[in-house]
Amino acid sequence: MSETPLIETRHLKKFFSTPKGLLHAVDDISLSIFPGQTLGVVGESGCGKSTLGRVMIRLLPATGGEVLYRGENFLAYNGRRMKEMRKKVQIIFQDPYASLNPRMTVSEIIAEPLKVCRICPDKESMQKKIRELMDTVGLAPRLANTYPHELDGGRRQRIGIARALAVSPEFIVCDEPVSALDVSIQAQILNLLMDLQDSYKIAYLFITHDLSVVRHISDEIMVMYLGQCVEKAPSQELFRNPAHPYTEALLSAIPIPSVRPEDKMKNVIRGELSSPINPKPGCRFAARCPYATSACTQQAIPLTEIAPNHMVACTKYQDKGEHHG
Amino acid sequence: MEYRTDDATVYAVNGVSFNVGKGESLGLIGETGAGKTSIALSIMRLLPDRIGVITGGKILLDGTDITAAGESAMCDIRGEKVSMIFQDPMTSLNPVMEVGDQIEEVLLLHRPEMTVEQRRKKTDEILEMIGIPAERKHEYPHQFSGGMKQRIVIAIALACEPMLLLADEPTTALDVTIQAQVLEMMNGLKEKLGTSIVLITHDFGVVAQTCDRVAVIYAGEVVEIGTAYDLFEGEDHHPYTQGLFGSIPNMNVDEERLHPIEGLMPDPTILAKGCSFADRCPYAQEVCFREKPHCREKNGHRVFCRFSKYPEADREEDVEYE
Repeated sequence: MSETPLIETRHLKKFFSTPKGLLHAVDDISLSIFPGQTLGVVGESGCGKSTLGRVMIRLLPATGGEVLYRGENFLAYNGRRMKEMRKKVQIIFQDPYASLNPRMTVSEIIAEPLKVCRICPDKESMQKKIRELMDTVGLAPRLANTYPHELDGGRRQRIGIARALAVSPEFIVCDEPVSALDVSIQAQILNLLMDLQDSYKIAYLFITHDLSVVRHISDEIMVMYLGQCVEKAPSQELFRNPAHPYTEALLSAIPIPSVRPEDKMKNVIRGELSSPINPKPGCRFAARCPYATSACTQQAIPLTEIAPNHMVACTKYQDKGEHHG
Repeated sequence: MEYRTDDATVYAVNGVSFNVGKGESLGLIGETGAGKTSIALSIMRLLPDRIGVITGGKILLDGTDITAAGESAMCDIRGEKVSMIFQDPMTSLNPVMEVGDQIEEVLLLHRPEMTVEQRRKKTDEILEMIGIPAERKHEYPHQFSGGMKQRIVIAIALACEPMLLLADEPTTALDVTIQAQVLEMMNGLKEKLGTSIVLITHDFGVVAQTCDRVAVIYAGEVVEIGTAYDLFEGEDHHPYTQGLFGSIPNMNVDEERLHPIEGLMPDPTILAKGCSFADRCPYAQEVCFREKPHCREKNGHRVFCRFSKYPEADREEDVEYE
């Protein structure tokens, strides 16, 4: 691990104004990712995972806070500098069916970023680059002139990956890249993403709602609830010692593929995500939390370090360890 | 069962036989395009007109053959005896109708003898049963969350207490926490009403937590069928089942790489002469491409692979329910 993180957010906020009030989609998220590392982000739908990913690469303007790339805040960049920046940060979208232009062939789709960023000086080198990219992601060269609708989900997602790789990025936001795919195809794509990370030292922000996938691919995991980070820990630590009641609930809700009695689902969490519009102070999970006390709803709960690199925002742990705003 | 289009004939379901006992839940597991939904649509007889055709076999419901039943007979069966839950709760409800009315509609069709008062009371009961306050029955689908919408869909399906419930990926569109709630509810209702369930899914976890028996579907065929215990703890498996297990990221083991099945599903417009999995099978021999594998069976656990260690069994050809 090098000294400065590749990408870092400080108190990043994104609010949407709605007729009913301010929607806190991303509320004060601070995180850092080092080169070649993966940070997994998990949470239920509507908790702000995707918004976080988009704000981090400036597809959406942030309401407050900073995103630092190698120590420089690029949210303040002007258009020209941002265009340079776009070569460094890329995104793979969730739905391989909707994120590819149906009227472009595979090679045209992959060529698009090369053209926009003027990477290849002539047609010949561009064709060569496209062939290389297709080879890297495991697409047969004969598919170059096919259209996305002719291909299955796994192959389409490979096109999305090739498109993101075209500009040789150092950081890729993977927004649920495998949740639309079948398990056997999912495994192929996950292996591909890990191979690419090994060979190009790319950092990932891996957004998913599937905890078993995130464990497999992440070095560190952040659990989000209604726009806030409730727990952040190295992957193994999080699964071994889940500290926040929400993390516990998420883990126990996963149906385990085993019929042994000890693997039966238990402690199913009640209720649903409350509204992220004008949230009340205090812990946002309190309404569903089996351990909630009156202290939980009185004030904001800061992240507390309970073990090396293991941060939790819960009143249960507030007395122990040192505080981190 | 086949789909006939101008270009080609798609052989979606090829000789699938299974039975579901009363109060039992059977899981159908397989990848996208394996023919799981086609099986369910065939049973409901909801295949697209003129395109989807049942070309052979029988569907027995409570001993009666419903394969050739007419449309009006099917209308009586649907919702009354057999119900189906569709994958996407967001699109299977009528957006311009109050949810209470949508539940009442089923009763109106199948229980014409009920008075208005009785129907209202029954609707309230059903809503309470699925954990939605009865006061909310005058709201529209968009006012509910995904999990609640799916519960309303289940309520509609169960309104007449059918014998058989076909659930086509009922929780795939939901979050894990909500999925757990819905599965728990379905398990509870199964016990309370004694409904048989056919649960279609691609998630082994869901199957393990809810099903008594499991059938693994590949390219429109059953490749393995047995109790949930046989499938998860049994000693002998079809290579495809093994492959599926290798693809699941295991929560309890830190493994470096997953072991996916190489390749893709075969083209469903071409009917394989031999074993349909042979192309992707690591153990395939020349004979696998030539001849259909025999069924091998031990204590009701059937594996359709010639390299299975189980003794050979006679194959039953009927599709049965109840």
